[in-house]
Amino acid sequence: MIRIANGQGFWGDWLEAPVRLVEQGPIDYLVLDYLAEVTMSILQKQRQRDPSLGYARDFPPLIGRLARRLVERDIKVIANAGGVNPLACARAVGQAAPGLKVAVVRGDDVLDRIDGWMAAGYEMRDLDSGLPLASIRDRILSANAYLGALPLAEALATGARVVIAGRTTDTALAVAPMIHRFGWREDDWDRLASGTVAGHLIECGAQVTGGNCQVDWNSLPDLDEIGYPIVEVEPDGSFTLTKHPGTGGRVNADVVKEQLLYEIHDPSRYLTADCTADFTTIRLNDAGPDRVRITGVRGAPRPPELKLSISYANGWKAVGTLVYTRPGAVEKARAADAIVRRRLARLELEFEETHTELFGAGACLGIVEQDPPEVELRIGVRGRNRDAVERFTREMIPLVLSGPPGATGYGEGRPQVREVVAYWSALIPREEIRPCVEVVE
Amino acid sequence: MRVPLARIAHTRSGDKGDTANIGVIAWRERDYPILVREVTVERVRTLFAPLLRGEVRRYELPNLGALNFVLRHALGGGGTVSLRLDAQGKALGARMLDLEIDVDERELADQP
Repeated sequence: MIRIANGQGFWGDWLEAPVRLVEQGPIDYLVLDYLAEVTMSILQKQRQRDPSLGYARDFPPLIGRLARRLVERDIKVIANAGGVNPLACARAVGQAAPGLKVAVVRGDDVLDRIDGWMAAGYEMRDLDSGLPLASIRDRILSANAYLGALPLAEALATGARVVIAGRTTDTALAVAPMIHRFGWREDDWDRLASGTVAGHLIECGAQVTGGNCQVDWNSLPDLDEIGYPIVEVEPDGSFTLTKHPGTGGRVNADVVKEQLLYEIHDPSRYLTADCTADFTTIRLNDAGPDRVRITGVRGAPRPPELKLSISYANGWKAVGTLVYTRPGAVEKARAADAIVRRRLARLELEFEETHTELFGAGACLGIVEQDPPEVELRIGVRGRNRDAVERFTREMIPLVLSGPPGATGYGEGRPQVREVVAYWSALIPREEIRPCVEVVE
Repeated sequence: MRVPLARIAHTRSGDKGDTANIGVIAWRERDYPILVREVTVERVRTLFAPLLRGEVRRYELPNLGALNFVLRHALGGGGTVSLRLDAQGKALGARMLDLEIDVDERELADQP
C-alpha cells in the first residue's frame, strides 16, 4: 500500500496545507496540482513580461521549507508547478533547496509545432466552439499537450525527490506513483482507471474532505484546519480515501460523491491521457470514521488523441460597478444601466459583448429578486479595441452625480482594463507528442 | 406535492471551458428513482434558460444514486472570456436546489 496526498487544488490554495500533510502523519507521495484551465493563461502573461517566470512561484519556497522533512521521511513530491516554464521552476527549486534531486518532465510545450501540424492538415478545432485553430493562429500565445502519468512515472524512476512538470492531466500526478511502485503496464486499464478515480478525487484538495461541500457544511468540524486528502492505494488499484487523524473537515460517502461528480461529463467515459474510466462502476463504502473505501472501478483503453491546452490573446475587458439601495434598488440599477448603454452607443464604441448583472438580486443564480435592499450594478464589456474598453471605464462614475439617486460603492475608482488571454482546447494524435525526462542537478 | 429538489438531493457544480456540469446526488439512495423521474432535461433547461445558450444532457449514475447534468455554452464564454460574476458556474448547483419536483408524501416518509 502507498499513501498519496494532495496539498494544493490550484495555484492560490492554502499555503499551509502541504506542510501539514508532511508533518501531521505518514505519506509517501505529496502531489500538488497548480494548474486550472485559466492558470496557463495567467502564467503565459507572466512569462511574456519576464522570460524567467511562467511557473507557480509559490512552489520553490514551499520546497525550501519542506526539504529537510522530505528527506527525513522519504517523501517524494510530484507537481505541475512548471506551468509554461518548468526548467525555470526547477532552477528556482535548486536555489531554494540545494542538494535535492529534481527531475523535469518536458515535451508538453508544442507551440513551435502548431504551424507544422496545421500544414499537415490537423485542424485542431476548439472543443467548445468547433472553430478551426487557423481562425486564431496569429493570436496564439502558448500551446501545451496534457501529458499523462507515464512520463511522470519515468521521472520518479530516476530517483528524483521532486518531479516538476508543466501541463499534465490533473489525475496523472497521482497515478504516476502507482505505476512506478506497482509496476502497472500501460494497458492495465482497470487499475489505471481506479488510480485515475483516486487522482480525480484528490485533485481539488479539500473539496473531498468537506470544503465547498453541501453535506452538513455548517456542522463540519474545524474547517480552519481542514485535513487535505490522502489515498491509501493497493497494488490492485482499489483505495481508501482519508485524511490525517485530528484534522478538520469530514470524509464520508456523501462528501466523496460530490467530488466524484465535479467537473465531469459522460461518467461512463471519463477520458484521460492514461485510460478511459467508467464512473458508473465505482463502489463506495464508508469504512470507519473519515474513511471511504473505493472498489470495482472498470477501465477501457485510453483515447488515441491527447488534449491540447492553447492560450491566445482575445482582446480586452473591463467590469464597472456601482451600488444602489432601496427604495427601488433594482429599478435604479436598470435605469443607470440604460444610461450607460445609450452613452456608449452615442460614442459609437463597438464591443463583442456587453453584459449587465445585478449582484445581490440573484445574478449568480440567473434570477432577479424584485426588492432587495441593495444591489450592485455590474456592467462588463469585452472587445478587440483597447481604447474602446478604456473609454467605457470612464462612463460609470459620472452616474454618481448625474444618474439615479444614491449611487455608492465607487471607492475603488475607475475599473481596470484587463487583457483577455483565452483558453482553446483541441485534440491531437498521441503519436505527435514526445514527452521526455531531464534530471536537473 | 411540490417540493424543492433540496429536500431529497445535494449538488455540486463546476466548469470546463464554456461548459458547466451539475452533479445531483440523492441523500438517500432509495430516492434515486425520484431524481430520474423528476429532474428531467426539460425542467433543467427551463430552470437555467436565462443563463443557457446550448444544449443540456443528462447522465445516470445508479451506483451513486446520482445524475450528472452537462450544460453547453452556459457560462457566457467561460474562463477568462466570460463577463459573468459566476464565470465558472460555482453557483449553478445552488440554483439547481430550487428546482421544483412533484413527490408523493409517502415517498418522503422517514426523511431525516
